[in-house]
Amino acid sequence: MSAGGGRRRLTPYLVGLPGGLWLAIFFVVPILVMLSLSLQSGNAEEGFRFTWEWSNYADAWEFYHTQFVRSIVYALIVTGICLLLAYPMAYWIAFYGGARKSTYLFLILLPFFVSFVIRTASWKFILNDQGIVLGPLKDVGLLPDDFHLLATSTAVIGGLTYNYLPFMVLPLYVALERIDPSLVEAAHDLFASRVSAFRRVVFPLSLPGVFAGVLITFVPVASDFVNSGILGGTQTTMIGNVIQTVYLTNNDYPLASAMSFMLMAALLIGIFAYARLLGTEQVMEVSQA
Amino acid sequence: MTTIATREAPPEAAPAPAVPARRRWTRLILPTYTWLMILYFSLPILVMIVFGFNDTKGRLNLRWQGFTLNWYRELFTIPGLTTGLRNSLVIAVIVTIITVVLGTMIGLALGRYRFRGKGAYDLVIFSAISAPELVLGASLLSLFVTTQFARGFLTIVIAHVAFSLAFVAVTVRARVLGLDPALEEAAQDLGADPWTTFRKITLPLLAPGIVAGALLAFALSIDDYVVTSFVNGQVETFPIWVYGATRIGVPPQVNVMGTLIFLGGVAIAVGNALLARRQRA
Repeated sequence: MSAGGGRRRLTPYLVGLPGGLWLAIFFVVPILVMLSLSLQSGNAEEGFRFTWEWSNYADAWEFYHTQFVRSIVYALIVTGICLLLAYPMAYWIAFYGGARKSTYLFLILLPFFVSFVIRTASWKFILNDQGIVLGPLKDVGLLPDDFHLLATSTAVIGGLTYNYLPFMVLPLYVALERIDPSLVEAAHDLFASRVSAFRRVVFPLSLPGVFAGVLITFVPVASDFVNSGILGGTQTTMIGNVIQTVYLTNNDYPLASAMSFMLMAALLIGIFAYARLLGTEQVMEVSQA
Repeated sequence: MTTIATREAPPEAAPAPAVPARRRWTRLILPTYTWLMILYFSLPILVMIVFGFNDTKGRLNLRWQGFTLNWYRELFTIPGLTTGLRNSLVIAVIVTIITVVLGTMIGLALGRYRFRGKGAYDLVIFSAISAPELVLGASLLSLFVTTQFARGFLTIVIAHVAFSLAFVAVTVRARVLGLDPALEEAAQDLGADPWTTFRKITLPLLAPGIVAGALLAFALSIDDYVVTSFVNGQVETFPIWVYGATRIGVPPQVNVMGTLIFLGGVAIAVGNALLARRQRA
């Protein structure tokens, strides 16, 4: 108390300031710089100047709309598959996992103890044309010699599904685990069949988890480029691969910035529309839990 | 009345087959499915571990060719890979220290005080957690090329702190919010000055949150490929080197390093969980 009101009021600012500055300079400012860069013209040798170059955005769409659309389509497919694969598992662990719930969750999170790149490289190894799966199948003649999985969209979608499935399981589990089992019993007491008890009680109550799971799967999948980089080929290039190449190989920073900004804007608009449509509070509630 | 009557009419017949059907789902189908999925989750890990023992000839590690411990013995024989691993470890340690200090301070400020501008902090932290890594990397690269800041070791550290800071801040804030203010008041009543109170009471109580945040920051940093690939310049980290190697074939030493990191991580996690259980008991 003796420290005085003035110093007390300053404390939160002083304590939060260093980290706040770091986030301001290395998170907020870079996004503004990227926005500015996306409206500049010039080249890497002579430098770039701000000229309201809106054509960068038109060019980005004209040259790379295929990869853009492909990323969104892949992300939709992967999110759908993840939801279908994750729900029964999350449901069973939440309602019947008993004392071993956290063990099951730990086993599901095991992949996170291996580097993301190594996990994906491991899939490349498993799916290799002459590898441990396709090799023997070809040797015994079950598959034609020229059959391959790598460099196809199946491989990329499979890799993405594998890598992002835990992101779907966790929010589903959190939402399902919160449901009071006596509600399900009450539904049975009121003569609801097992199917209708699930459809009218359990599933609606788990929707916040579904919303959150879809969001935290869709956003990183749409912008992923590791899976298509390692498992894919020229026909599976996603927008992330393009952005990386245009930045680092072509050094066409304005065009690459325009693409990054388009991707970010598309995802943000998608998130807001989705949250508006399906209830923001529920999504926020689960994502903070 | 009639509907209830008909429903209740065959009391012995109706529930009898219903129970086995229910049990089949919850006792057989769903648990089998869950275990199959867990197997699927572990498949690439098992393959990674097993093929670290493969007596492969040359760089291409594709089919099983016999057991060997060679790759454990020759773990550090690929200079680029060794340098990459060392860089990753050094960067992760530096990033963890900076992030824990700054993140704990933000967590304290947000969890403890109400102040003007708090909403902005919340918004920035939420955005930093939910923004795609690609956008973080691309925007940082935009900053570095615009300011002509040389890319390398330093820019990797800056970037890693930027993306892990928000996670640590949120973790510590959760711990601060769960703190009982009476404990600090008691310390001050007993004559402790604010700094002593913080050092002797607040910090130890926050320790589990800070440790969790530190582990998270370390894990995020050492595993990062996406953001690093934008800001690394000529410096190669472990994930960057492995990504490059996937094009020509990943040498078995990578499997061994992956295995050792995996076992280390699992040991820390299990130890942490057991410790938490013992403290609660």
